Amino acid sequence: MTTTTEKVTTQALPKPVQQLGDRIFAGTAKAAGVLILVVLAGVAAFLIVQAMPALLASPADLPGGRSLTAYIGPLVFGTVLAAVIALVLATPLAVAVALFVTHYAPRRLAQGLGYLIDLLAAVPSIVYGLWGVAVLAPATLGVSTWLNTYLGWLPFFAGPVSVTGRTMLVVGVTLAVMILPIITAVAREVFFQTPKLHEEAALALGATRWEMIRMAVLPFGRSGIISGAMLGLGRALGETMAVAIILSASGAVTFNLISSDNPSTIAGNIALQFPDSTGLAVNTLIASGLVLFVITLLVNAVARFIINRRREFSGAN
Amino acid sequence: MSIDTERTQSLPITAPPVPPLVRAELPAWAPWGVLIAAFVLVGGLLAATGGFSVAMLVVASAVVYAVATYLLSRVVEGRRKATDRLVTIVVTLAFLIALTPLVSVVITVVGNGLARFDVEFFTSSMRGVIGEGGGGYHAIVGTLTITALAAVMSIPVGLLTAVYLVEYGKGRLARAITFFVDVMTGIPSIVAGLFAFALFALFFGPGVRLGFAGSVALSVLMIPVVVRATEEMLKIVPNELREAAYALGTPKWRTITKVVIPTSIAGIASGITLAIARVIGETAPLLIVAGLTTGLNFNPFEGRMATLPVFAYTSYAAPGVPREPYLDRAWTAALVLIIIVLVLNLVARLIARLFAPKTR
Repeated sequence: MTTTTEKVTTQALPKPVQQLGDRIFAGTAKAAGVLILVVLAGVAAFLIVQAMPALLASPADLPGGRSLTAYIGPLVFGTVLAAVIALVLATPLAVAVALFVTHYAPRRLAQGLGYLIDLLAAVPSIVYGLWGVAVLAPATLGVSTWLNTYLGWLPFFAGPVSVTGRTMLVVGVTLAVMILPIITAVAREVFFQTPKLHEEAALALGATRWEMIRMAVLPFGRSGIISGAMLGLGRALGETMAVAIILSASGAVTFNLISSDNPSTIAGNIALQFPDSTGLAVNTLIASGLVLFVITLLVNAVARFIINRRREFSGAN
Repeated sequence: MSIDTERTQSLPITAPPVPPLVRAELPAWAPWGVLIAAFVLVGGLLAATGGFSVAMLVVASAVVYAVATYLLSRVVEGRRKATDRLVTIVVTLAFLIALTPLVSVVITVVGNGLARFDVEFFTSSMRGVIGEGGGGYHAIVGTLTITALAAVMSIPVGLLTAVYLVEYGKGRLARAITFFVDVMTGIPSIVAGLFAFALFALFFGPGVRLGFAGSVALSVLMIPVVVRATEEMLKIVPNELREAAYALGTPKWRTITKVVIPTSIAGIASGITLAIARVIGETAPLLIVAGLTTGLNFNPFEGRMATLPVFAYTSYAAPGVPREPYLDRAWTAALVLIIIVLVLNLVARLIARLFAPKTR
């Protein structure tokens, strides 16, 4: 009560007394915030400046000898394909894991198990890359052969099966492992926020635990799941090293996930080509990086938009 | 059933039939019994057909277990309970599936990395080394230098921004910063690398490779993480503390530096440690702007600088002849990296736990 009246009076006063220290401190803090905006604008500006020569150059001078879109197009296709595979695999699993941590695991263990999943996010991507090519790729050979034999009529599994296992499918699975903890973290957060009263009301009416989750938790957490998936998608789109190490890319535009003919991804292509590139090739790679930047920016902005809208309407606090 | 009818017959008065209020339930040991039965059954079948493998055993018995529990529960307990049990099994299995890669990664990296996890790896660089021997000393030095520089740049900016957002920020600027910090969290690491390259190429010409450029790229990735973590921690400092300080006549900036930040310092420190752990394993930006050398380079402002992730990547992707020593060194570099990251994570948890303010 007293605080509110105090606030009103200070607002009514012409100007609060501000020390020099106050002004300096507030100014520095504000400057730091503005610096972040400047950096982000700088990222976009410098990428555009360095990409310009590739945008303006005649198509014949570019790597590949055709137009810029002909160079970047297949890369965009590969990037989206790999990210979508990862998303399709990771999202249901992440929702289930988040449910396990919030509603199924014994209370005492729940936090520790959450840490374990967070550790998945801590493993550096280079390690996942090495693991993917050394363990996962050979391990999926049997699965790929099986898929090709029994589901070969689907375009995804048309074959011929790659003998090294360095396929789009393995890249997708590795990316799924990498984005799983991100989606799980967001989903876990919203599941925790489900109003306790809703849950208890459902249980009191005789619902089983699953019915309670279906009626109270999932509807409440839907936007959380969606935005978590979008964040995961953003991460999967930009993931570099796992793709660069695992994928044997030929630049083909194909939905075939298990053959040795794979489209490369933007990030993977940059990592592979950049160290040995000079001149216009560098500008072209930066132009492709700019495309990636724009795509991830859009995906992330949409995800954040959904999260923020949710926060405003959320009754839980 | 038969016992029931016997009892009713033995009673002198026949009671009217009452519908059961509670349905029959499976005994508590039933799930475990089904699990063991599924294991034995599948194991026996696999052994009999000769196609025995651990992976097959685990996968097949999990499926058999889920189906058997569902059917059993459906017969005894009804449809709703059965669905509930099935979902419980599926969700638990999903968690176990999610843990499999973690376990597999750790086993693989430790198993392959221990071969060269010796003194030589930590004391010698790759200068003049072809084939056996050599180590990652230069890469460890590079990783620590570049990450330390990135931290020195990111922590003040991130911390101050968080202070601005929580303590001062109102209106459009604050909202814009919040939004763009969120967006920045999603910048692909390779794009951060390209940005640093584009920036330094303006001053040093094309083909620039600098340790410091790597730090700049890493701090682009690190700042938003620091801001997010610090912001969360500042927000949970109770307003009563701030108001008490104001009531004593303390200016706002003294309140922030002497009351708000000390109260939340444990959480902030743990968040910053996690942010460092996140960027220390970044490969892509360093591959682009920091490059790789075989020798030691202590000066981040001049020349290429080797780092552990890039060292591991190039050793694995482009090994010399013979291949084995290069692959061994790659795995050991990955092992060292994982150890650093895990230790940082552990330290962060410990800081958060040990130095947390006593609230009650």
